[in-house]
Amino acid sequence: MNAIEARDLSKWFGEGETRTNAVQNVAFDAHFQEMLFIVGPSGSGKTTLLSMLSGILRPNQGTVKIKDQDIWSLSADKLADMRLHTVGFVFQDFHLFPKLTTVENVAVPLILKRRKWDEAIKEALQALEKVGIAQRAGLSPQKLSGGEQQRVAIARAIVSQPDILVLDEPTASLDGDTGRKIVEFVKRDILNAQRCIIIVTHDDRISEFADRMIKMEDGRVMEIEKGQGHA
Amino acid sequence: MTGILKIAYKLLVNDKGKFAALLIGITFSVFLMIQQTSMFAGMMRKASATVTNTGAKVWVMDRAVTSVASSIPMPDFMRDAARSMKGVKFAVPLYLGAGLARLQDGTYQGVSIIGLDDSSLFGRPELIEGNIEDIYAENGFVVVEDAESPKLENPKLGTTFEINDNRGVIVGIAKVPASGLFGIPTLYTTFSRAIQYIPSLRSTVSYILIEPTSVAAIPGIKIEINKLGYEALTEDEFIDRITNFYKYHTGMGTNILIMTVISFIVGLSISAQTFYTFVLENLDRFGALKAMGAKGRELVYMLLFQAGITALAGYGLGIGLCTILIAAARLRVPDYASVITFGNLALAFGMVLVIAAISSYIAVRRVLKIEPFDIFRS
Ligand SMILES: Nc1ncnc2c1ncn2[C@@H]1O[C@H](COP(=O)(O)OP(=O)(O)OP(=O)(O)O)[C@@H](O)[C@H]1O
Ligand SMILES: [Mg+2]
Repeated sequence: MNAIEARDLSKWFGEGETRTNAVQNVAFDAHFQEMLFIVGPSGSGKTTLLSMLSGILRPNQGTVKIKDQDIWSLSADKLADMRLHTVGFVFQDFHLFPKLTTVENVAVPLILKRRKWDEAIKEALQALEKVGIAQRAGLSPQKLSGGEQQRVAIARAIVSQPDILVLDEPTASLDGDTGRKIVEFVKRDILNAQRCIIIVTHDDRISEFADRMIKMEDGRVMEIEKGQGHA
Repeated sequence: MTGILKIAYKLLVNDKGKFAALLIGITFSVFLMIQQTSMFAGMMRKASATVTNTGAKVWVMDRAVTSVASSIPMPDFMRDAARSMKGVKFAVPLYLGAGLARLQDGTYQGVSIIGLDDSSLFGRPELIEGNIEDIYAENGFVVVEDAESPKLENPKLGTTFEINDNRGVIVGIAKVPASGLFGIPTLYTTFSRAIQYIPSLRSTVSYILIEPTSVAAIPGIKIEINKLGYEALTEDEFIDRITNFYKYHTGMGTNILIMTVISFIVGLSISAQTFYTFVLENLDRFGALKAMGAKGRELVYMLLFQAGITALAGYGLGIGLCTILIAAARLRVPDYASVITFGNLALAFGMVLVIAAISSYIAVRRVLKIEPFDIFRS
């Protein structure tokens, strides 16, 4: 079973003269235990593609299957549940709540899954331990460095054990060295046999960790190549 | 669900600046609304004091009467006419007027004088000292002990004074549920003495008080009285008429209405705006929640819960503040008029709910519009 199967995926914005073809007829599979990069110049459709794969942007055409389930045939509520249970998100700007403590931020997905507060906090602490910043659990994310905030965002994304982890420009807000370390950490400690990780980036310094790379240009996949990180 | 609400609570309360601004807005607005309306309620209770103290079921009066103090005398035959109507158990006259009392030290003090029907003394107050029969004694008056009685130098049984150049003597001291609006002492005497001591027109009856045989008889009595060119109102109708008069035909009531509306608008704009800013500031995070799988209605519950908490807390604080202020004012002004009625509280509560509803409605609309995709693109 593939983690993700995308077929004939297209997304356009606007109509007629002003129509932009953000993503055109994209097809590929993503596998478990794979770190898949989506790269390409600005405006090439990376974010649009990632959003369609992860169930937050409806394609105009084509299908996305996650573990054989056609996600865009689900109702809105079912789709939200799918994201809650199957996908972990790391956003470029993290989007952590400054008025919640770090550990509370990490517990949010569990709370959304209706887990008991105390249990959720306990598991969130374990996730923070995994990303190596459990000692910051009681602080506001505002008090943390960029790299630390990124780790909190990763902890939040993995706390409910998602099959798919998507990271949009995970190194864009970090200095080069910190960014590299984070991705290395994700590859080493977060990737596993039950998980597929997709990273959108145009940061060359981290390409060494890619198992495969999808290269995009003008909304099309130019090529899919084996990355340097392929085992 | 409770976990989600707990997060909503923390997001709100930990944002101390905004939470304080919201609370201040609502507290202030509730405070003003209750303060204004309770002031009005208190004044209206006083304005209708004679009506409530007398306790008659039906009041007959000239059609032009707008408030109890502005009575217009009716001819004596009305009393007999009322007596002989079907459904009337008894009908008695009431005199209401103002006199000028000259105190021992030679100063003058305006007083309100109520003349009770000589034979029945219907509408008499409860005496705390003295005997009601003594009202028939020569120059007998009963004084009401309330916040105004010190203005008559705290009269005791046997105290004498002059009233409109006639001698008066205190034969009883009474307590009444409500005292009047105009801040002058009240004296009770008999109808006949009242019209004898106080210069009157040829017509002398201020009101005719009717005790109907049953509630069902009241509509018939009203029709009969109407045929004679006068008007019969139940106690509640009379109080309503007085209240409406002050509400709509005096500057006082209109101002209070305007102030109440303004406090509502101020509260609404402060809290709606602050709440909206609060939501805007957290917009990308709410979007992130949506992306992660939070459903629209869960975000709506969070916002409603936040608005609800703020509204309730502000409501409580507003009431507390108002109570403290009224208590403090009473210490200095014993007959300070304000009374907080259930009506005031309900009105303010209703307005707070409207404020919370509108504030959260604006916020909810904004949050429901967030596209999680935009969060990725930010
Ligand atoms: N909501 C939208 N409305 C209109 N056009 C859009 C919208 N979202 C994306 N586009 C367009 O679709 C194209 C692809 O955008 P996308 O954000 O996917 O690119 P990207 O590869 O992620 O770029 P970047 O590296 O700058 O993040 C661009 O031309 C963009 O202007
Ligand atoms: Mg992008």
